[in-house]
Amino acid sequence: MAATQEEIVEGLAEIVNEIAGIPTEDVQLDKSFTDDLDVDSLSMVEVVVAAEERFDVKIPDDDVKNLKTVGDATNYILKNQA
Amino acid sequence: MSPTNRTVVVTGIGATTPLGGDAASTWEGLIAGRSGVRPLEQEWAADQAVRIAAQIAVEPGEVIPRPQARRLDRSAQFALIAAKEAWANAGFTDKAGEDPSVDPDRLGTVIASGIGGVTTLLDQYDVLKEKGVRRVSPHTVPMLMPNGPSANVGLAVGARAGVHTPVSACASGAEAIGYAIEMIRTGRADVVVAGGTEAAIHPLPIAAFGNMMAMSKNNDDPEGASRPYDVARDGFVLGEGAGVVVLESAEHAAKRGARVYAEAVGQGISADAHDIVQPEPEGRGIARALQNLLDNTDLDPAEIVHVNAHATSTPAGDVAELKALRKVFGDEADHFAVSATKSMTGHLLGGAGGVESVATVLALYHRLAPPTINVENLDPEAEAAADIVRGEARKLPVEGRIAALNDSFGFGGHNVVLAFRSV
Repeated sequence: MAATQEEIVEGLAEIVNEIAGIPTEDVQLDKSFTDDLDVDSLSMVEVVVAAEERFDVKIPDDDVKNLKTVGDATNYILKNQA
Repeated sequence: MSPTNRTVVVTGIGATTPLGGDAASTWEGLIAGRSGVRPLEQEWAADQAVRIAAQIAVEPGEVIPRPQARRLDRSAQFALIAAKEAWANAGFTDKAGEDPSVDPDRLGTVIASGIGGVTTLLDQYDVLKEKGVRRVSPHTVPMLMPNGPSANVGLAVGARAGVHTPVSACASGAEAIGYAIEMIRTGRADVVVAGGTEAAIHPLPIAAFGNMMAMSKNNDDPEGASRPYDVARDGFVLGEGAGVVVLESAEHAAKRGARVYAEAVGQGISADAHDIVQPEPEGRGIARALQNLLDNTDLDPAEIVHVNAHATSTPAGDVAELKALRKVFGDEADHFAVSATKSMTGHLLGGAGGVESVATVLALYHRLAPPTINVENLDPEAEAAADIVRGEARKLPVEGRIAALNDSFGFGGHNVVLAFRSV
């Protein structure tokens, strides 16, 4: 069953917490991975791979650059999850 | 002195070793004659011929926050811990520039290891085979590159004068400190954070060193396995950890009123051109390094009272080094209290020169030579060539200027000798 928006944000929060050490409650839709959440370009690759696995979705490298905020990633996953 | 021949001093020390999580606890362990060697309890160790090692006393995960630790190879974690201790110990309160007493453009780092990020390389290869291409960590390259520890320490302290990593197997840490001394002596930098680190306790290096017949297989007596100069020595015991010093021009140290542990007098370097792994049995290459040290510095052999020997507990290497000391110094070698601290720490490979430089500096500072433990039956060849500090720590002369040597040699025929002197 596909994940809801709420479940996706919760999942991304756990992933960002694991990778960048940011408290889960700080991971909100409007937050920028780079500017707000200490996720640099290499760590973003880790976030993407973890999200692919968790939400059964493929996120090609070309699309990663468009995922600036948690909201961008959430919408992408909502639209593309299997 | 002219700007191209400046005096270099040690103003900070840091370490994380099998004996303790900092320089003070490491020194305490060395003076007490404590062994850091333990059985390897990991599952992978069960079918190894060598099932002992000197593992770190304080796991780096207890010190470095997890998000940072997961982007650092274990060797870089050790280096960072030791470097931060040394940096604070030198009296710096923040990174260069933020702390106005050190200019980032005049600060360097030289941290080396023998094998680099070997555990990262091998672990990520396991990930590749078991989970596929996509799962290989994007941090793999900066984690496994041998210059990673130096670069990470450079980032932590804000070093812009140069970040270097000389690689010469088990001489790497000493060569790093030698390189750092030259950076300051010749005027390229005022302050350099320098040392060695190694994290190679992993099934592949253990199997490989074991198959070279280089390591002790005395699995039944871990604490007695590393026994330099004993007739029953049968190879080194692998250790892990890091040792780092802050080196500084004497002038820069005086200007900011820093505590000075010792003068870093200089270095002597040579190569054996004999064999890729076997030491030249008469110690000719080592003797040449010692002679270079004497030729290139104002070190007075009469002042040398202590040698932190390379002595890894291998049958050939331990004695060759002592022969070289005798060859170069003659009767002067009679007043060298020779200590093999690897009897306690194991052999930290590229980390050895770092940790042993810290030990050498502290031996001068406290005027106390650490013991060589496990010498039950002293090898007659060692006894004939040198005065080995056995069993218990030995007091060094309380009066006057004293000097000490730290020897490090590596596979490839690398010989590096460092000299320190009391101030």
